[in-house]
Amino acid sequence: MRHDHLITSKQLSRADIETVLDRAAEIDADPEAVAGKYAGTLLGLLFFEPSTRTKMSFETAMKRLGGDVVDMGSIESSSVKKGETLADTVRVIEGYADALVLRHPRQGAPKMASEYVDVPLVNAGDGAGHHPTQTLLDLYTIRENAGLDDLTIGIMGDLKYGRTVHSLAYALTNFDAQQHFVSPESLQLPREVVYDLHQEGATVREHDDLDDVLSTLDVLYVTRIQRERFPDEDEYQKVAGQYQIDLETLEAASDDLTVMHPLPRVDEIAPDVDETDSASYFEQAHNGVPVRMALLDLLLGDSA
Amino acid sequence: MSDSNANDHKLRVSKIRDGTVIDHIRGGQALNVLAILGIDGSRGEEVSVGMNVPSDRLARKDIVKVEGRELSQDEVDVLSLIAPDATINIVRDYEVEAKHRVERPDVVEGVLECPNADCITATDEPVTSRFEVLEDGVRCDYCGTIVRENIADLIRE
Ligand SMILES: [Zn+2]
Repeated sequence: MRHDHLITSKQLSRADIETVLDRAAEIDADPEAVAGKYAGTLLGLLFFEPSTRTKMSFETAMKRLGGDVVDMGSIESSSVKKGETLADTVRVIEGYADALVLRHPRQGAPKMASEYVDVPLVNAGDGAGHHPTQTLLDLYTIRENAGLDDLTIGIMGDLKYGRTVHSLAYALTNFDAQQHFVSPESLQLPREVVYDLHQEGATVREHDDLDDVLSTLDVLYVTRIQRERFPDEDEYQKVAGQYQIDLETLEAASDDLTVMHPLPRVDEIAPDVDETDSASYFEQAHNGVPVRMALLDLLLGDSA
Repeated sequence: MSDSNANDHKLRVSKIRDGTVIDHIRGGQALNVLAILGIDGSRGEEVSVGMNVPSDRLARKDIVKVEGRELSQDEVDVLSLIAPDATINIVRDYEVEAKHRVERPDVVEGVLECPNADCITATDEPVTSRFEVLEDGVRCDYCGTIVRENIADLIRE
């Protein structure tokens, strides 16, 4: 990859994506080959927002490559609490680490931070903005299960606030993928995202009923609709109920359907779906490690 | 189209000796143009403003004349966002030295403020705002927010 930093999935070309996914597949097949490759290399973890899962996944990836992590810890105990700017924090921590992983509640924070550091910086989520490593592991999971070309995918749930959805939809424009967006009207894709998809030549097909497209799908990507997006409990129950799936829902789907979810789930996918061949969300979560190992390898290696 | 004499007559705005005439501003935008240029008359500049005057090219146009001031490229860039049809005449010793149509830049830096309260540029961080110029608006380079209307409202104080 020609990039020093990974800030958004928009910066990734099809070739970039394939480079990461191919490397991830190699690592997945033979993790021993890279087990000690980055001994003595340190990854700096800067999480300005709690995210145990993503943080653990990066930590696991770095340690499986033979390296280690240095963790800023919670913001309560750090200099940030004393009013230090992010620009100062990253410039200090870059002196301790060979690469940085940043999660921050403000949109654009990783982009700004990357302008201040020389070591590679990876965005691990910036508010409602981007989460490109999630996108890469999503793409990896789709490729393993259904292939990225000649793909029909349904993306369902909270499409307005779900950053994983925005990044994924954008990245899929690099492939021959038909995308269907299934959501209540109030949670449709934001106009910024629709604009981007149109710029990339994609057709945005919006539906409020999963039944309209379910039988045609290779992949169904489910996201959580959050209670706080609705004015009252009744309204939420009424709407959210229409975007939950169970065994009965899947009767109308192809037997080869792959069901994905960025996790954690609440009740969008009934537990009885877990036992089907369609359920791929735990595999998806596990894929975070080889994909992040591949990414770190490409960012830290000299082969750039 | 040599409309300068006719317009001067219609406008009854005096000729300037050295400075800039911004012509063909969309009707009603003259005060925003002055705001962008940071001109409020407090520094004693001689400024003439004509608003909603009839025009061949636009139904109604505004015109601004500023004595003793030549616009920088940055200023012209931002001007282009709210006055895409404007022409800029640099006047030296009563003669039009140069006449430019404004060109929309690809990017404007440090001039507009992002309206998204969650944007990193809306903090005390040492970061200069940067907007990509789209066909029909501007887009924050940091958070992706697109603004299509009332761009002049984003001009930094
Ligand atoms: Zn912004």
